[in-house]
Amino acid sequence: MSGTFTKAMARNIFYGGTVFFFLLFLALTFDTTNALPKTDNRQNITPAVAAGKHIWETRNCIGCHTLLGEGAYYAPELGNVYVRRGPEFIKAWIVSQPTGAPGRRQMPNFHLSDEEIDQLIAFLKYTSEIGNQNWPPNIEG
Amino acid sequence: MKYQSQAVALPYFVAAIGLFVGQILFGLVMGLQYVVGDFLFPEIPFNVARMVHTNLLIVWLLFGFMGAAYYLVPEESETELYCPRLALALFWVFLAAGALTILGYLLVDYATLAKYTGNDVLATMGREFLEQPLLTKIGIVVVALAFLFNITMTVLKGRKTSITVVLLLGLWGLAIFFLFSFYNPTNLVLDKFYWWWVVHLWVEGVWELIMAALLAFVLIKVTGVDREVIDKWLYVIIALALVTGIIGTGHHYYWIGAPGYWQWWGSIFSALEPIPFFAMTVFAFNMVNRRRREHPNKAAVLWALGTGVMAFLGAGVWGFLHTLAPVNYYTHGSQITAAHGHMAFYGAYVMVVITIISYAMPILRGRACNSRKAQVLEMWSFWLMTIAMVFITLFLTAAGILQVWLQRISDSPMPFMAVQGQVSLFYWLREISGVIFLIGLIAYLVSFFVKDGDKPATT
Repeated sequence: MSGTFTKAMARNIFYGGTVFFFLLFLALTFDTTNALPKTDNRQNITPAVAAGKHIWETRNCIGCHTLLGEGAYYAPELGNVYVRRGPEFIKAWIVSQPTGAPGRRQMPNFHLSDEEIDQLIAFLKYTSEIGNQNWPPNIEG
Repeated sequence: MKYQSQAVALPYFVAAIGLFVGQILFGLVMGLQYVVGDFLFPEIPFNVARMVHTNLLIVWLLFGFMGAAYYLVPEESETELYCPRLALALFWVFLAAGALTILGYLLVDYATLAKYTGNDVLATMGREFLEQPLLTKIGIVVVALAFLFNITMTVLKGRKTSITVVLLLGLWGLAIFFLFSFYNPTNLVLDKFYWWWVVHLWVEGVWELIMAALLAFVLIKVTGVDREVIDKWLYVIIALALVTGIIGTGHHYYWIGAPGYWQWWGSIFSALEPIPFFAMTVFAFNMVNRRRREHPNKAAVLWALGTGVMAFLGAGVWGFLHTLAPVNYYTHGSQITAAHGHMAFYGAYVMVVITIISYAMPILRGRACNSRKAQVLEMWSFWLMTIAMVFITLFLTAAGILQVWLQRISDSPMPFMAVQGQVSLFYWLREISGVIFLIGLIAYLVSFFVKDGDKPATT
């Protein structure tokens, strides 16, 4: 840090840079907001999907699973589970938990009604149809 | 200590350390559940342990930040705290809210907790790191605003320094961006997009301002280097942090349904994110090398240097490893992410909070530094915890590389759970490293109680 580069200059770079790049971020956010209807599958958000998302959240599914790669890494990715397993398998899986197999990772039973399970599956179906640059690389998630 | 009201920092630091211990214990539970899947099931399922582990981390770091502010701001502003009694009252409110929340996670079924805390009125729960009930979230906002009022008033009535200005900017940013935790649209893409406005703009944005300000304060104190020099470094570092970090948010927008151009913005800007952390390392070593005094608190100097190095490795290097979009396509949501998360949080935020505690705690207890024996033990704890964290990161990285290969790259991709079985050796090694970390943490706790005839050096 030579004598010609002063503290005032450093401070101005900080304020100027922050304001500039935050405004750029807002501009990109604005553009993204306009572009999202093409990819985010909002036309398929039904009351069942909304109810399913609420069930997903209130059972803290994200505490073990990832959804579009975000969450915990203890249990399989569920963003594409609808495609990987199909609705019948998912339903049968949820009602048969926990397996109780000794030493194996256990998923709790959440005592969901048939309707609630259908709503959760509707949410997972909607999620699997979000256009997300073809992630994950293959069906295993 | 120069000002009487700095003493309110003490309970904050004690609470921070206590919750840190809880965080590590739950981390060990989870680490074991990775290999002995039914451990503590159904009493403490993995998702509950994880919620406790991550939420305790956030809460104890917030305790640390607040304690640091209460210690630092009066000294920098050269005036007593605006209202010490408010600070003490907020301590109990925040501690009670935090304890009730954690007990709620452990003792009440999560769906029931949601139902009775207003989640049906405004659904905010069940999203990673933002699992807190609505009432807790409102409590956090109230405590944060009252805290900011107290700190801001103190700064306004006293001397304004670069350190307090930067610290205030960081703390206000922390409170403002937390407000996005109340926005939870049904549209999952929008939900995720703005979820990162809390998570990323915290840890790769405004928290870096707080971290840099705390580090700068401790470096001024322990090195005696001229404030003008330190301030200049401080502004350069935080300029680099925000210039790279704000658009760097884009590295979370690759695969969640946002437009493809985020792969370019995210890759380019987040590839530059290691630079501010590297600058922080150079800064810390440079200032210590140019020191004009030998501060007797060697442990605090060690933590300050360690923060720079480990933040650069964890946040910088391990972040860069998987931040470029073509790489992230394969590593996203794998154990690589977990490896990075552990070392980054430890290196940047855990260590900077311990740095300020290490510097301030002896003074709050009426001496310039601890006895030599206590400091030696504290330095042992530094090395044990830091080396253990390096190994945790290395083992998780090894697990992650194998996982990515077996599950996502190989010609015959294996299912998730089959892969988990294949990499379990590394999970065992991670758990052993975790036990070493706990031993280091115990040594750290004991260092506060070392009584020794060896008199503390005075300055």
